Amino acid sequence: MFGLPTQDEPIPFDELPLDDPLLFDEPAGVVIPDIEWSAIAPNLILMLGGILLLTVVSLVRGRTPSWFSAVWTISTAVFAGVTLVPLWQRVQDDGAESVMAGAIGLDGFSLFVTGVMCLSVVLGALLLEGYLRREGLAGPEWYVLLLLSASGGVTMASANDLIVMFIGLEILSVAVYVMAAMHSKRVSSQEAGLKYFVLGAFSSAFLLYGIAMVYGATGTTNLVGIQQFLSETVLTQNGLLLAGFAFMLVGFGFKVGAVPFHNWTPDVYQGAPSPVVAYMASGVKVAGFAGMIRVFVVTFGPTYGADWRPMVYALAMLSLVVGSFGAIVQTDVKRMLAYSSISHGGFILVAVAANSEAGTAAALFYLLVYTFMIAGSFGIVTIMGRTGDGLHALSDYRGLSKARPGLALLFTVFLLAQAGVPFTGGFLAKFYVINSSVSQGQYVLALIAMSAAVVAAFLYLRIVVAMYFDGNTYRGESATLAGPKVRIPAAAGVALGIAVVGTLWLGILPGQMTSVAGDAVAQLVAIGP
Amino acid sequence: MRVEMFTFLVTATIVLAGSLGVVLLRNPVHNALSLIGTLFGVAVLFIAQEAYFLAAIQVIVYAGAIVVLFLFVIMLLGVDKSESLRREPILGQRPAAIVAGVAILGLTLTALLSSAARVTGEQSVLAPLDPAVPDINRLGRVLFTEYIFAFEVTAVLLTIAVVGAVVLIRRAGDPIDLGEFPDGTMGDVLAARAAERNPTIDDAADEEAGLDETADDAAATDDAAATDDAAGGER
Amino acid sequence: MSALLSAVTPLLALDPMLEGDIGFTQVLVVLLKVLVAFGGLLVTVIIFIWFERKVIADMQNRLGPNRAGPFGLLQTVADGLKLILKEDLLPERADKPVFKLAPFLMLIPAFLTFAIVPIAGNFNDGNDGVVTILGQETFMQVADPQIGILLFLAMSSVAIYGVVLAGWSSGSKYPLLGSVRASSQMISYEAALGLSIGSVLLIAGSLSTNAIVAGQAGWQWNLWMTGLVPFVIFLIAGTAELNRPPFDLVEAEQELVGGFHTEYSAFRFAMFFIAEFLNTVTMSAIIVTLFFGGPSGPDFGITGWVSDYVLPFVWFFLKVLVFLFMFVAFRATLPRLRYDQLMDLGWKLLIPLALGWFLVLTVVRVAADEELAAVEVLGVGVLAFLGLLVGGGLLLLSIRASAAKRAAAAAEDAADESEGVR
Repeated sequence: MFGLPTQDEPIPFDELPLDDPLLFDEPAGVVIPDIEWSAIAPNLILMLGGILLLTVVSLVRGRTPSWFSAVWTISTAVFAGVTLVPLWQRVQDDGAESVMAGAIGLDGFSLFVTGVMCLSVVLGALLLEGYLRREGLAGPEWYVLLLLSASGGVTMASANDLIVMFIGLEILSVAVYVMAAMHSKRVSSQEAGLKYFVLGAFSSAFLLYGIAMVYGATGTTNLVGIQQFLSETVLTQNGLLLAGFAFMLVGFGFKVGAVPFHNWTPDVYQGAPSPVVAYMASGVKVAGFAGMIRVFVVTFGPTYGADWRPMVYALAMLSLVVGSFGAIVQTDVKRMLAYSSISHGGFILVAVAANSEAGTAAALFYLLVYTFMIAGSFGIVTIMGRTGDGLHALSDYRGLSKARPGLALLFTVFLLAQAGVPFTGGFLAKFYVINSSVSQGQYVLALIAMSAAVVAAFLYLRIVVAMYFDGNTYRGESATLAGPKVRIPAAAGVALGIAVVGTLWLGILPGQMTSVAGDAVAQLVAIGP
Repeated sequence: MRVEMFTFLVTATIVLAGSLGVVLLRNPVHNALSLIGTLFGVAVLFIAQEAYFLAAIQVIVYAGAIVVLFLFVIMLLGVDKSESLRREPILGQRPAAIVAGVAILGLTLTALLSSAARVTGEQSVLAPLDPAVPDINRLGRVLFTEYIFAFEVTAVLLTIAVVGAVVLIRRAGDPIDLGEFPDGTMGDVLAARAAERNPTIDDAADEEAGLDETADDAAATDDAAATDDAAGGER
Repeated sequence: MSALLSAVTPLLALDPMLEGDIGFTQVLVVLLKVLVAFGGLLVTVIIFIWFERKVIADMQNRLGPNRAGPFGLLQTVADGLKLILKEDLLPERADKPVFKLAPFLMLIPAFLTFAIVPIAGNFNDGNDGVVTILGQETFMQVADPQIGILLFLAMSSVAIYGVVLAGWSSGSKYPLLGSVRASSQMISYEAALGLSIGSVLLIAGSLSTNAIVAGQAGWQWNLWMTGLVPFVIFLIAGTAELNRPPFDLVEAEQELVGGFHTEYSAFRFAMFFIAEFLNTVTMSAIIVTLFFGGPSGPDFGITGWVSDYVLPFVWFFLKVLVFLFMFVAFRATLPRLRYDQLMDLGWKLLIPLALGWFLVLTVVRVAADEELAAVEVLGVGVLAFLGLLVGGGLLLLSIRASAAKRAAAAAEDAADESEGVR
């Protein structure tokens, strides 16, 4: 059903000429793997872009203009995105393959996720530009960390080896821990960074432990190797493997904010700088889900799907319920959006739990739509936070429709898209997910997902009502927005434009992207017969 | 009793005692010392498994650098006082932690013991390793062949760690309490604060401070990127 | 007995004696080596303390110790006896178990490091230093573990704990300051130390000290094989690692009374004292092993036990003596560095230089492995050196740029202050 498995055979140690302890004297003994640079071009561009930016700004005396880093970052991400095209063509023509000594899977899935990561970097950088100006914060490091973090996400999504995946995850996360704490003038930002760091490190340890157990059970960290081993061998005792699943699921569950590993999400989203949250909610989650799908669906799916599916099933159900109901009692818009992102995570988990080609395609499409919606929503939050990034209470949005009708309209579009209203991307994304779930016979889960969508719609409508209707009656005052004037930086405006166009385009003309998502899944490394 | 078993038992005792000490002792320096005990024990276990290079690195990196830095920070911050463990910051935290810990231990033990003495995975190396080839050479080979990408990409992780550390320790002024959320950019806010601190500045000087990009903005921001033109006009 | 030692063998693995069965003779040989090495080491230290005091006295136009024994040779023994007999004070505010533990953490690593130093054995004409003791072929060093020189790094990192914990557990200000300085200094310089050892390993191709020495036979000393730079870095970083002048900020008398061992007295103090000099001797021995061919040297056509034991040991001892004298001369002549100078030297000069030089050597090594002609290898080496210069220039530029940025920020702050006054 999937593409062909191709894999460079790792050379067993016994066959290597290891006679001479002074191995330096016989370079012929070392079999240097074939390094195909072009195959990891997008990742390399993001990496080098970040490091070059760091080098350039450290060599320049005085400050670089604040637009410089943003333009650099955006062009790097766009360039990386452009290099995806020939690679995509190659994968569609020649099929998926693993490169870099089997460490990286070059397939449609990884390229699709790379594209989404580049998109979230562009949106994040656009939002950051005006934000840093407004908050009076020093510039280049934010962009450096953004680019490097994205390269980590790409590494994670394309990793074909558990160790590479773990390192990618750490690159992705460590940069975001730092960025969450980087608003040096807000204590809550530092608190958010610390919380995220401590809990994140804890969950990484779980993931690593799980990896160790899976390695113990299968004898390799290579995903292709694991998949082949499991399909050829029947384990007499699979306790170690199952415990490995559980631990890895905890690690991934934390990264994607799945209940019951979600408790950090509202606190961190509330405290961290808003543009960083936009990236955190889009890019980090996308990479987390990509890793999860690659490990569970692609690697363990064919042989051990029946064992992990109940666990993901439970996570999905809990995320949907807690995400939807938790959001209702919040009064802070950032926390509301945090809970709504948990509930979105639940939807994607439903697609993961389907453990099918259609489910993976639905998850990819959902992730793309979700990136547009959530980055747009947090873009508005960034603008509405105003100086100090602190005006996030629901009451701070009262009367927005009068003060800034355009902004209110955009926010409404994003919220309605998140609620899953037709003619927005959110509707189709949810539709595909539920469709894939039903086709795998998960009727209960599908039902819960649909109910959760209805409950969540209430939350989104609350914000819309606050923006449009509450202003008139608020403490008898006239319908004006409380607090300082809202200014929209040009770059943030562009970001919102991209987000809203993306959201509506995917809702009205989805055909192109759904077929791309389908093609992406059709070309996957490590899928056996 | 076989020597390997004897070595293992002694070392395991040290490792366990050390890790219990990390958790139970009340003085942070004693905790750090217990951690060293654990790390050394693990190094000895590595040697018992003939992984000499790992043992050396364990001592050099973990015991030699990381825990020394722990101690360094503990001493510099002056937090080397005994902690009172009576107070619970979050109600029911401790019982919950115990339950979760026991659950995880139970799960792990079940998984490990159920698989013990049974082949669950294929071994990467079936023959005994040739003692003539040091394990550092083997590791070097694996790092530059099979795990080349993982090895190289770790550089990015280290870069991020350095950048993050530098960024987070850079003093850009204390966090400020904004109170009522202000109009204008953060640069304006700081300029206004500076004016408040110094009552001799009249309004004209304040205005000037708002427009002059270099002087007050950077009082605590380290960055003068404030868009003052727009903000000045706003006033 | 053989079973007991099988657990120990990993640490001694490369020694030919320990590859087969292990019986009574082997154990006897090992015990003999341990006794000779450590007994000799202790005697050397006692004489070295006298030597240092005498040389410094000469340089300062004094007499130095001249009462106890001929030429004052027994002065150290007298001092030691005095310290043993003194009352052992335990400060009231000390953290007692840690206070008692700290001196051992200094002393034991100092002893253990010496175990990997080859002190004799014939390395000429393709011999690899194997000697025959009691019918057993073995090396003239206590142990030759696979990790070899890494044991030295590991032990020197353990020794940091002695300093740090001694300072902290004393419960008093000056020792604490001394130990905080010590930990930062030793960690900073350990990086440079390790990187310069990396260059040696690149040439030697092995971690084993025996193999490193054997590779240097026939005047192929690593001193010039690695291009002198690693040696200079190692010498500087080693001096800093020893906390000897001009890097003795840890116990700067004018600032910190006695530094980390202010509160120590009697035999515990003596242990710190001995450990410090032990470390100096061991460091000299390691320098000789890494860069100066260890015990190898011309044998003047003599064979037999003289060329196995006597001549190599004489060469080794003479080489070590040069460095002992050098350390003493450092102490007598160089003024102490300021703290910021210390950190600048370590982080901004030694570490980048050591790393850059390592890369240059790697490039040359790769060029040689590709079987290029000698001229080409030289050309590649020159290119790599130019690359190093460019990298160093960029580093310098970025350091300057950041200094300029800092200065600008400080000037802005100052302008701010003055505005406040106005």
